[in-house]
Amino acid sequence: MSNRAPAESPARGSASAAIADNRQKLLEATMRRHQYRPDALIEVLHKAQELYGYLSPQLLASIAHSLHLPPSRVYGVATFYHFFSLAPQGEHTCTVCLGTACYVKGALEILSALEAETGLKAGHTSPDGRLSLLTARCLGACGIAPAVVLDGVVIGHADAETLRARLHALLAEAPVAP
Amino acid sequence: MGLSEHIVMRELDVPEINDFEVYRRHGGWEAYRMALKEKNPADIVAMVKESGLRGRGGAGFPTGIKWGFLPKGVYPRYLLCNCDESEPGTFNNHQIIDRNPHQLIEGVALSAFAIECHTAYIYMRGEFAAAAITLERAIAEAYRAGFLGRNILGTGFDLDIYVHRGAGAYICGEETALMESLEGKIGQPRLKPPFPAVAGLYGKPTIINNVETLANVPRIVEKGVAWYRSHGTEKSPGTKCFSLSGHVNRPGNYELPFGVPLRELIESPEYGGGMRGGRPVKIIIPGGASAPWLTHEHLDVPLDYESVAAAGSMLGSGAVIVLDDTVKAPHVAYKMDEFFKHESCGKCTPCREGTHWLVRVLHRIAEEGHATPEDIPTLHGIYNQMAGNCFCLLGESAVMPIKSALTLFPEEFEAVVAASRRLPHGNGQRDGKSGPVIPLSARH
Repeated sequence: MSNRAPAESPARGSASAAIADNRQKLLEATMRRHQYRPDALIEVLHKAQELYGYLSPQLLASIAHSLHLPPSRVYGVATFYHFFSLAPQGEHTCTVCLGTACYVKGALEILSALEAETGLKAGHTSPDGRLSLLTARCLGACGIAPAVVLDGVVIGHADAETLRARLHALLAEAPVAP
Repeated sequence: MGLSEHIVMRELDVPEINDFEVYRRHGGWEAYRMALKEKNPADIVAMVKESGLRGRGGAGFPTGIKWGFLPKGVYPRYLLCNCDESEPGTFNNHQIIDRNPHQLIEGVALSAFAIECHTAYIYMRGEFAAAAITLERAIAEAYRAGFLGRNILGTGFDLDIYVHRGAGAYICGEETALMESLEGKIGQPRLKPPFPAVAGLYGKPTIINNVETLANVPRIVEKGVAWYRSHGTEKSPGTKCFSLSGHVNRPGNYELPFGVPLRELIESPEYGGGMRGGRPVKIIIPGGASAPWLTHEHLDVPLDYESVAAAGSMLGSGAVIVLDDTVKAPHVAYKMDEFFKHESCGKCTPCREGTHWLVRVLHRIAEEGHATPEDIPTLHGIYNQMAGNCFCLLGESAVMPIKSALTLFPEEFEAVVAASRRLPHGNGQRDGKSGPVIPLSARH
């Protein structure tokens, strides 16, 4: 676990060394800006996930090393907060809110329709890495329930038919070149 | 009973009020400028105390009195603005920030001046990435204009405001868990006492206020105590931004003076616009998922802290969720307790285990329609063992949905028990041989 260089994300497989290097530089700059203080851990993890897409064991170990924290502490924080992902996410993500307000407005029907459409169970990523189907407990968008987040954009008053069509269109696009 | 002037949602209809110059033209930052030039911090604390402003985050504790708990002469002090806003049904904080970020920043700055603090943090829920960017842009504008930073407006007052993004944990709305999270740790609550006002962030005196609370402060300072107290009721002065959701025709945020009856919020064409399809009201949750339920009998309860408490619930964060007769009580309790189970931080046993067991039993009843006669006393037993025994309010909150469902709608649970008896493979009775009471399919 003493490997300082963060591993490359497998999702981007053979990403050029230059890009990997640049991401590492950006992460290093964030840590430097926070003076490598241990209490900046959450901000650093946010940045790391933004750059790499997810937090690999090697990445966590290198952050622990830089911030002078025990790896257990970094792993503990990364797993405690739901926002952090320890596995690669799909190229596209679709999150269905299952909070109370969305639930009573039919979020479950939307989820089952999307599960049927994609053949994925909620919480899983398709084997080709194109799509992750996720659920959330409450997005704080109860006024526009049911809410679904598609690639970071909140869709209010969602309905199964439109979503199915949008997902279909998204997946029909050419995948991002590795 | 409309509102002639909005306090929290001020300049509601002014386009681009999120811009520093536009906000300034509408009288924004003026209360802060005036306070720094002409008033002492103690004057502002006294004003807020007299205004009767109460914390909007849930507890309704008087803000001025909270500020008064700071020990004298101990520095540095910190001001934390709680924008974790994770209570299911609550969505006013990020609307305030999206629409008028300067109002909040002015409120934070003014409050920091009042409590003599030079570093303030705004703790944003991790999901509010866009709102965090809005806020950071507005803070940068305020720095450029000289309203934040060193020697502000030549008065010698220094203030820095930082935005901190959470990472998806309901528990971080609890004030001590929020401080742990700000220190970069897992968000588990701390033992109280010591209270944050004495030993909070980094062990220093700390004040934590909700977004909506702080957004009230500039108007109180600008227009005075008497004006503020002319809104709302004697004990709950001012206005509240209610987040209305569920089966109403017009869900959304509505700012109303305290004391407006629930019925008006739900039925007025200006606000809720009545129930979807004209169906009857079955369950009203007046203060987010943590509040005990009310029913159609409580439609005339005025929405202020005292009246809602007298009706047996709490105003909490002002998230009013209204459900019609198409929902089943066990289902609603199941969905809500599933939320609390998911968000339990794992620190104390009654909450970690209790929410888990509640959900396992409720899943079987609500989703599989299968209940044994013992289930009802078991559920009562679980929540009774949780109530009063949890480390923080999360566990206590998890008790509310199931306790309300069992108290208000016992017949719906009994109906499931009766239906299970008639099942062909009748596992309705526990005889010690028919396998575990909790079927494996309920495992999570």
